[in-house]
This record gives sequence, C-alpha cells and structure tokens, in this order.
Amino acid sequence: MNTYTLYLNSKRCIGCHGCVVHCKANKRLPVGPILCEISHESLKSVRGVPKTEFKFRSCYHCEDPFCVTICPTGAMKKRADGIVYVDVPKCIGCMACAGACPWGIPQHNPETNKAVKCDYCMDRLDAGLQPACVTKCTTHALKLVTMKEI
Amino acid sequence: MKKSVWSMCGMCTVRCPIRVEVEDNAVTWLEGNQHILKGALCAKGSAGPSLVSDRERPQQPLIRRGGRGAGRWEAVSWEFALDYVADKLKTIIDRHGPEAIMASSRGGPFQDIVKAFTHALGSPNYSNHDSACGRNVHHASLSLFGLGRKGFIYDIKNAKHLVLFGRNILASLRPAEVNQVMDMLDKGGRLTYVDVRQTLTGIKATNFFQVRPGTDYALALALIHEIIKAEGYDAEFVERYTTGFDELAYFVENYSAEWAAKECGIKAKDIHELVGQLIADRPKVIFHPGWMLSRYNDSFYASRALNCLNALMGNIEVEGGLVFAKGAGDCGGKGPRSLTELSPKPTAKRADGVGDVYKQFEKGPGLFHLFYKAMATAQPYPIKGIICVRHDPFSCFPDPQAQKEALDNCDLIVSIDTHYSEFGWYADVILPESTYLERDSMIALQKGMKPRLIMRNKAIEPQADTLCLCTIIKGLATRLGLEQYFPFNTLQELWAWQLEPTGFSPADFEKKGFVEYADKPVMYDRDKLDGKFKTPSGKIEIVSQNLTEWGFPSWKPYVSPDKPPKGQYRLVFGRSPLHAHSHTINNPLLNEMMPENTLWINTREAGKMGVAEGDFVDVISGDVTSVITAKLTDFIHPEAVYTVHGFGRQIPLQTRAYHAGMSDQKLMKGQLQNMDPVGGGLNLCETFVTVRKSSKNHQRKVEL
Ligand code: SF4
Ligand code: SF4
Ligand code: SF4
Ligand code: SF4
Repeated sequence: MNTYTLYLNSKRCIGCHGCVVHCKANKRLPVGPILCEISHESLKSVRGVPKTEFKFRSCYHCEDPFCVTICPTGAMKKRADGIVYVDVPKCIGCMACAGACPWGIPQHNPETNKAVKCDYCMDRLDAGLQPACVTKCTTHALKLVTMKEI
Repeated sequence: MKKSVWSMCGMCTVRCPIRVEVEDNAVTWLEGNQHILKGALCAKGSAGPSLVSDRERPQQPLIRRGGRGAGRWEAVSWEFALDYVADKLKTIIDRHGPEAIMASSRGGPFQDIVKAFTHALGSPNYSNHDSACGRNVHHASLSLFGLGRKGFIYDIKNAKHLVLFGRNILASLRPAEVNQVMDMLDKGGRLTYVDVRQTLTGIKATNFFQVRPGTDYALALALIHEIIKAEGYDAEFVERYTTGFDELAYFVENYSAEWAAKECGIKAKDIHELVGQLIADRPKVIFHPGWMLSRYNDSFYASRALNCLNALMGNIEVEGGLVFAKGAGDCGGKGPRSLTELSPKPTAKRADGVGDVYKQFEKGPGLFHLFYKAMATAQPYPIKGIICVRHDPFSCFPDPQAQKEALDNCDLIVSIDTHYSEFGWYADVILPESTYLERDSMIALQKGMKPRLIMRNKAIEPQADTLCLCTIIKGLATRLGLEQYFPFNTLQELWAWQLEPTGFSPADFEKKGFVEYADKPVMYDRDKLDGKFKTPSGKIEIVSQNLTEWGFPSWKPYVSPDKPPKGQYRLVFGRSPLHAHSHTINNPLLNEMMPENTLWINTREAGKMGVAEGDFVDVISGDVTSVITAKLTDFIHPEAVYTVHGFGRQIPLQTRAYHAGMSDQKLMKGQLQNMDPVGGGLNLCETFVTVRKSSKNHQRKVEL
C-alpha cells in the first residue's frame, strides 16, 4: 500500500523550477540526472488572459513496479510504505529499470555509475523531515500527502 | 563534524536569509530561514554549493600579462597582488590626485565598505549599477514623496489588488514577496498585469493588458484621468497630504481611456472595467512603481505616474498598501555603525557631474555610465583607476565595445568578484572574492515594518585561494596607510564595533539568524503623517518644487513611441527565475536547467520572415550580429522581440556559458549615454534590431 504522494497546488506554483534544483542539490547530483520535472501546456486565453497551469512529476511509486521486477541484482526495492528506491551498493548501473519503467523515470548518475530516482527523500522522511522539494518550494505549492488524509 | 550556520544567500541581490548545514567543510543542506521564509528558496539559491565547487571561477589572484581582454593571466599570491594594486593606486594618486580613482559595487547592505574605501582614498567617485536598474524609479519616488524607492514596503499579502506594469514579480523573483503575492491571490485578491508579452506573472493575472512597447505612461495617465473623472480617488487624503492635484487634473484632461486604448492597442472597455475594480478595492490597491525601469525614454514619468496613483488610492500607511519602511529609530533603537561614517567626506566634485552639473540626481552612487564620459574626455578631470566589486559593467550597461574604448584611458582596472565577469576578463587584476558560503559579511540593517539586523556567517572555509571583501579592502587600505578608517583585524572585531551602539551582540543572532527591533509591525498614525514626506513642502508633491526649480516638468506631455522600421523590432529583455542576470549563466546546475536564451518573436511576424520555431535567426544592430534560436509565440507584441538578459558571454574559461545564447547589451550599439535626463536611468529598450532567418540553418549535409 502506498502511503505517500506528492501533491502540487497548481494555483500557487509559478513554474520557477526551484523544486528540480532543490532535489538535485539535496542528493548532490551532478549535471545529468533530473529526478522531478515541471511542465505545462501551451498558453490558452481564458477570459482575455493567456493562461496555463503547471504540473509536477517525479516517480509514481507504482503498486507493482516494473523497475523492481526487472532489476537483476535486487537493487530496486519497494518499502512497506510504498516507496520505491535504489539500494545503492547493490546497483550495477545497468539501467534495466529505466528501460522497464513506462516513463523512463530512473536516471543514470554518471559520477557513481548507478541508477538514481525519486525516493520521496526517504532519509529525510525517516528523520521526521519533509522532502527537499517540499521544504524549499519557492511558493509552498508542493505538499507531501499521506494517503490516509485524503 | 556537523554544524548549522545562519547565513544569507548570495546567488542574487535579494539576499534571502538561509540556514546552512555543514559536514566536514562541505554544505550538505541549505534552506530558507524557517523564521522568515519557512524554508523556501529559489532554484538559484539551491545552486549555491555548485558555485562553490565550480573550478571555472578564479582560484587565486590573477594579473594580466597579455593585452587587455587577451586572457593571458599570471597567477600570483595575495601579497603580490595587493602590493601591485596598492602601488598602482599610489602612482595614480601622485600623478592625478585621489579623485582619479573610482570604485563601484553592488548596491544594498554591503556597499558600505567599498564606499568607505573610496572616501578614505579621498575620492568622491563611488558608484554602482543602478543607472541600468532602478534610478528612474528612485528619482521618481524622491520627487513625489521625498523618499527613495526603498522608502516604502509594499504590504502585498493584505492588498486587494496589485497592479504591475512590466514588473515580472513571479519570475524576477524575491521568495518572500512571491509568497505575499500568492497569499493575496489565495485570499481572492486581484492581479493586473501590463506588459508587451505574457510572462510567468501574467498567467496568474485577473486582468492582462498586452500593450504596445513604450506606452506604459499612456495607460497610467488614462487611469489617472478616469479615476479623477469618476471621483474615485481618496479626496480626503489628497486634500490633506498632497500638493498640485488641480494641475494634475488639468494635465490629464485629454488622456481618456479611449485615447489610451488606441495608443496602447488594448480595449477601452477593459480599462473602464479595471478602473471600476480599482475604485472598489481602494485603498488596498498597490501600484508597483517598477523595479528595473531603465527602459523607455519616459520611464521616469511612467514610474512617477504609477506612484501618483498610489497617492490617489490613499494607500499610504494602510494595511494592504504602501507602508513607510521603519528604521531602528522608529523603534527607539540605534542602528549599527557604518564604516562610511569614519572616513572623511571627500570635498572634490564628482567626475560624473552628479550633484553639480546634474542637480536633479541624488549623489549617493551617482550614475556609472557618466564616468565613461569622464574617462574619454578627461572632463571635468581624468579617471585613471577603476575598481569594480561584484559588478560587471560590460554585462549591465549597453555597448561593451564603447565601454572598453573609454576604459583604455585608465592605468588600472581591478575586478573583485567571485566569478569571471566580462569586465574582469578585460581588467588588469582579478582579486577573487570567496563565495557567499565561504565568507563573513558586515552586519546590515534591513528597514521594514519590523526593522532587523542581518548577518552572513561563513558556512565553510574557502575552497580556493580567495578572500572575503573586508579582508581584501583592509589589505589595500593598510598598504595605503589608511588603516585607521578600518578599525578591525577580523570580522568578529568589525561586528563588535558595528553592534556597539545597538546594544545587541553577535550571540543575539544565534537563535534566529537575525535580530528584530520590534515584535509587531510598526505603523505611524495615519492622521499624523505631516513631516514624514521629505519633500520641500513636507507633502506628496504631485507637482514637485525641486523638478520645477531644476527646469523639468512634473508631468511630461505624452509622446507616442517610434514604430520600428520595416524588418526591425524593438529589443526588450527580462529575466528568468533560473538565472540572476549574467553571473549565474555558467553555474553548473543552473546552466543545466537553462543553457541558453531564445528570441521570442510574434508568430505572425515570424511567418512573414519564413522563420519557424527552433530556427536560427540573425539579430543585427550596427556592426554586431548575433545568432540565436527563435521561439514563436502569439503572446508578444508584434513590434517587439524579447530575450533573457545575461547570455552571450565570451569568457573562454567559462566553458558552459561561452558563446551560449545572445547578449542583448552588445546589440545596444551607441546607447551607452542614452539616458533619461530627469530620472538618470538608461533607455535600455530603445534599440531597434534587424531580424532575419539565419544562413546558419542547416540546409544540406556534406559529410561522409
Ligand atoms: S519550486 Fe514550487 S513553485 Fe517553483 S516550480 Fe517547483 S513546485 Fe512550482
Ligand atoms: S521508476 Fe517507473 S516503474 Fe519504477 S516505480 Fe517509478 S514510475 Fe513506477
Ligand atoms: S521527493 Fe525528494 S527525491 Fe523526490 S522529487 Fe522531491 S526532492 Fe526529489
Ligand atoms: S531570490 Fe534566490 S538567489 Fe536570490 S537571494 Fe533569494 S534564494 Fe538566493
């Protein structure tokens, strides 16, 4: 059972891409891997004002994740609380997970030659903190929602 | 060893308060100060550690060995570099007097030491970048309120309506302010956005006006006209605290909504609707008078009109309006000491003519671009030495080629900066400053509804052979026999000296990273604002006594901006939330997010040129041609093309930024002295460029 999801209040999001950099900085990632993205559709006029809304996507932490099944070394794991993460020492950097994921979510870290992906910042969660992207979102538009709440 | 350090972001000049976690001299986490920002930071803020580890910034002092700009540097020790600069300064002082030396720095809380150093030398010629930024806004505010542009705080979160003319507040962003805007919108407040293109801010707007470039003043005048006609202004406030209202009413008589609609290319009905909303939302309506408003040749008057609208709304010193920025004295406290107080005030006239030839400009930092005139003509006297601290004139002022020609009259050019600037690359000496995470800074007072003292603590030890600004200046001062003006050996001593009159100690900052002079917002009694406006009359001068005395009208009759000739477009520029102008372009993480800029072209205009999305286009002005990728959009005025400022850098050691994208300022040929004569701001949006499909577009492949 998945416990968490990231929810974006698109009314507050200003598309500044802060979250993307907050995420990278927290995991000290080099140029290359990007673990979450902000996107939008092209502008359309709504009562005279050209508008659009931003969307946020990281990893879906699937119920039955293909990335976990395919991983030859068992490095890609799903925790009891639903978080899908890379057990780094076990990862051999083959990137089979990225191929299996319908959205190609797992990224290759060229510095470590291992896979890296959104893990809801589980080290921070376990320490009683919020994920990096949530904590530092420029407008406090991103929230980590615990499923029970909905 | 783990530690947590209160500090201040230095990735842009907003200087957000931050908390940094450090382990083994490496930053492991940083976030916005929870007490002020609840953790929030922008993308640039998080990219700070990647600036620190970037080896493409100067790693030790450098002295030029080849021709200027040739990039042949000799790495030297700090001893050697400081001796070298001090010797050169001495020679200039002996030959031409101390006033032949000028210095410039970023404005804001840390300019004190650079100004103090300039004055200690005996030169009045301290400057900053503001003639390419907020001077028009500043002078407009002074002429109306007697207070500079930082004299008021905008209480946006409590406003009902925020009106922005080209102030792209959600992209050229300040996190605390952005949150105020979003809070206001969440509470049902209205946002009106006026610009020549749609922006990240405009997409959140209630009302959006895409105006013809250069017509902001027309729309502002029409709003004044319609509000007066509808008697929708705060008559009591206007009667009590302003002078010159009748002249204004007479002046705007012909500037109706119908007239402005035609002039700006918008609908009169929409203007009327806006006026109705403004009257309903008054007094909690804020007209932002502009931030960077060095744009058109009537920007000073546009800003003045916007601030006048604030007065008509009666929004001064009300919740949700413009609130006087309070200082330590308003809370019965004392501010920190500044170094400028110690050095003797120089008696020589300024070389930029400010305060003398140009009475209309406030002395403070003067106007940087006018120093180029002094260099080129040796009038009123020669300028032979220049030190720029964290300021890159080649990136911020038009026509770097013209700037280089003027600078060639100097015997000494010094750049003190954390990274290679375009100016630094042309300099004789680069003195590399430690990045903001590797240095302490002076304590500064931040005025506001709750004034506070802020400080920056060094989070980690320098990763290269760099020094903090205070140590560099102290080193130079000591070599020049001026150490008495800089009474400190360490930053800790400087802080203690600064704090002495305040009654606070550095330990008081440990709890929250700052200290406040008040626990609640300080508001003046709105019925007793007399004397708070520092104009000659003590009132808000709709017709300014000073402007009249200096021979300038308070209200300039509107002149319609020129239309670009066929095949040409007006070049306008702006910012992205991912870069702080030129100085973050080479940052590894920010460069990854946004490696180059594009040229926004109106879709129909592009069609006429046969340009498709993603094509290369040539952008030509005088003898400068740049090539850039086209981005097509319906939401830019057909007379304008737009690009993000800061790109097109030409420093070979910055491999990521080298020749990436296009520089707008290099295309502003011949515009270096095109200044607003009343506001002092440069007219940076008065360049027409030719745009055409580039021959660089691949047509065929000739490869084996
Ligand atoms: S940091 Fe926040 S406001 Fe900025 S893009 Fe990400 S979610 Fe949106
Ligand atoms: S990486 Fe892809 S497959 Fe794996 S959990 Fe995330 S979304 Fe699902
Ligand atoms: S939860 Fe953590 S890992 Fe996932 S996108 Fe946010 S910051 Fe990145
Ligand atoms: S706005 Fe961003 S870059 Fe500027 S000081 Fe704040 S966090 Fe730093």
